[in-house]
Amino acid sequence: MPFKLVLEKRVKDVPPWYPFATSIGSVVIAFIISGLILKLIGGQPLEVARYFFTAAFGSWAAFSDTLVKATPLILVGLACTVAFKMKLWNIGAEGQFYMGAFFASLVVLLPILPPDSPKIVVIGAMMVMGMIGGAIWGFIPGYLKARFSINEIISTLMLNYVAILWNNFWIFNTWSDAGFQMTPTFPKSAWLTRVTDYARPYKAFMQNTDSGLTRFLESIGLERISGMTLHLGVVFGLIAVVIVWWLLERSRWGYEVALIGDNPHAARYAGLNIARNIILVMMVSGALAGLAGMSEVTGVVHRLQERISPGYGFTGIIIAWLAKLNPFAVVPVAILFGGLILAGREIQPSGLAMMLQGFILFMIISSDVLLRYKIRFSK
Amino acid sequence: MDPIIILHAGLATGTVLLFATIGELITERAGILNLGLEGMMLIGAMAGFSTSLATNNPWLGLVVAMLAGGALSMAHGLVTIHFQADQVVSGLSLTFLGTGIAMVFGEGLTGQNPPTIPVIDIPGLASIPWVGPVFFENHSVLVYVGYLLIPAAWYFIHKTRPGMHLRAIGEKPEAADTMGVNVYRLRYFYVFVGGCLAGLAGATISLAVSPGWYSVQTTSGQGWIAIGLVIFAQWDPLRAAVGSYLFGALRRGILDLQGPPTLFGLTNPLYVNSNWGFFLQMTPYILTILALVLGARAAAKKRIGAPAALGVPYIRGERGL
Repeated sequence: MPFKLVLEKRVKDVPPWYPFATSIGSVVIAFIISGLILKLIGGQPLEVARYFFTAAFGSWAAFSDTLVKATPLILVGLACTVAFKMKLWNIGAEGQFYMGAFFASLVVLLPILPPDSPKIVVIGAMMVMGMIGGAIWGFIPGYLKARFSINEIISTLMLNYVAILWNNFWIFNTWSDAGFQMTPTFPKSAWLTRVTDYARPYKAFMQNTDSGLTRFLESIGLERISGMTLHLGVVFGLIAVVIVWWLLERSRWGYEVALIGDNPHAARYAGLNIARNIILVMMVSGALAGLAGMSEVTGVVHRLQERISPGYGFTGIIIAWLAKLNPFAVVPVAILFGGLILAGREIQPSGLAMMLQGFILFMIISSDVLLRYKIRFSK
Repeated sequence: MDPIIILHAGLATGTVLLFATIGELITERAGILNLGLEGMMLIGAMAGFSTSLATNNPWLGLVVAMLAGGALSMAHGLVTIHFQADQVVSGLSLTFLGTGIAMVFGEGLTGQNPPTIPVIDIPGLASIPWVGPVFFENHSVLVYVGYLLIPAAWYFIHKTRPGMHLRAIGEKPEAADTMGVNVYRLRYFYVFVGGCLAGLAGATISLAVSPGWYSVQTTSGQGWIAIGLVIFAQWDPLRAAVGSYLFGALRRGILDLQGPPTLFGLTNPLYVNSNWGFFLQMTPYILTILALVLGARAAAKKRIGAPAALGVPYIRGERGL
């Protein structure tokens, strides 16, 4: 070779805009490579790209659907962020999601609360149960790592399969609705409020009056919100973002977590209880993923059923990494991936969205080298 | 519930895990953790299957499957060896990438019937009572290849000079470098070997053990079980073989348990209500975790651990630990 690739270690820190630029560049390159592969197998990448964009962001209704997909992604993205901050590789958000959905559903299915309980009590109980379910599923690998130093990647992954099979047993066997692979629909008191729920009362109100207010509401297109399935879960997600940000960036515990992640030896000398923090971080991470499962059950499907997640837990890993473990950055990244999953459902070949996610993650970690090294060509 | 049938089928199913586990074991011995096994297996399964379909030559399918797995592993090699990226995250992204690419290119392969790897008896050995029918009769050629791979891998790692270099770059790369071993080049090579074996494991599913392409269901998490088995095996090919065949027999036994109406003279609960099978299907995953707990205890007792430099990027001239 006439030229040699040389990596030169950076002496100074990179400017603050640099990580954003490399992230965006990585996503763009991933899209281009995926497009080329699509072209190679005889597809029409530009058509698909246009379809992707219209289906995900083309109208307010489409954007509402995208946000519905982004809601669980925000929560699992945060779940992975918390764990990765301590370099705990929780690959089990998928299983924790399913366990959260299962435990939340117990409130209605067992039932824990009488069927005529007020909505706020039912939803509150389901939130708590969902988080407990996820936390239990995070506790097991956390304990195994703290006590036996069992590799958490393997244990969380194996527990994903166990959680899905566990859910299937109850859906197929105990609570099957007339032999279908789903439970009966939950009562309305277990439904998270959706935007479309607001459309109806306003409509009734508008027919009776002809005021400036109604004309104004019509002019902004109030009827458009009917049919919008965006639900309260997105608010849970945004509140969780702030809480996780405070926990990780402002609290003493967050400092401990970051210290253990960066330098476990120093943390041990500083007298931090590493075993306890491993279990705690795994439980917090699991609880967030469990809340995502609860939000999906109460906000979208309104029952427990098979395949409630098209791999949200795994996408959460990519989201956390793309957001560089910054809780606020999780939101826009989750929206991008929400759109990708929404539009990807109807695109052939079916693996395209998955492949694109793979390329994005791969480009991101490759681009990290640019943050640490200068690349130079020399003779 | 004939034990001979279960053991026989278990050896076939276990061969998939065997190839994947030994491949990963060799990669990890070189100090590189490649969690992308599932993705490389899927790519191998898809590439082997479609090659056999297009050319009517299953052997060519095997070659292409190995090259496909190896090619994908090179992406991991570049990112972890030269760019010093985190091996865990890189391996995970390799899983996504391999799964996605396999799904995209595997579109429309389901339901096709390409020629598969032939099934043969070993003359002479097959007539040994008990042992013959289990080990040497009516198996795919790949199962016999697996038998040969076990001692070969063991001998290579423990008794040969290149094997010593392999262990050195995984235990103390800076010392190996001082001795004139090209750490970077060898690490690339063993990542590639691991990728090839993972691709072979995938093709073993799609062209021999349970022929067909069923998208992601083709591997159904066996790549991850293999990664668990490497730890259980304490990076030793002989133990890896025991673990692989054991898990193979287990996977097979689970399927067979659901068939008969009675078991040991009692009514088979799985036959009456097949939903109990969900609990049975959990066992390989739960046992993988248990195997890790047992492996960890045994390793702690004998002071055997992972290769010392596993997961640590080697940066020439920058530091010597």
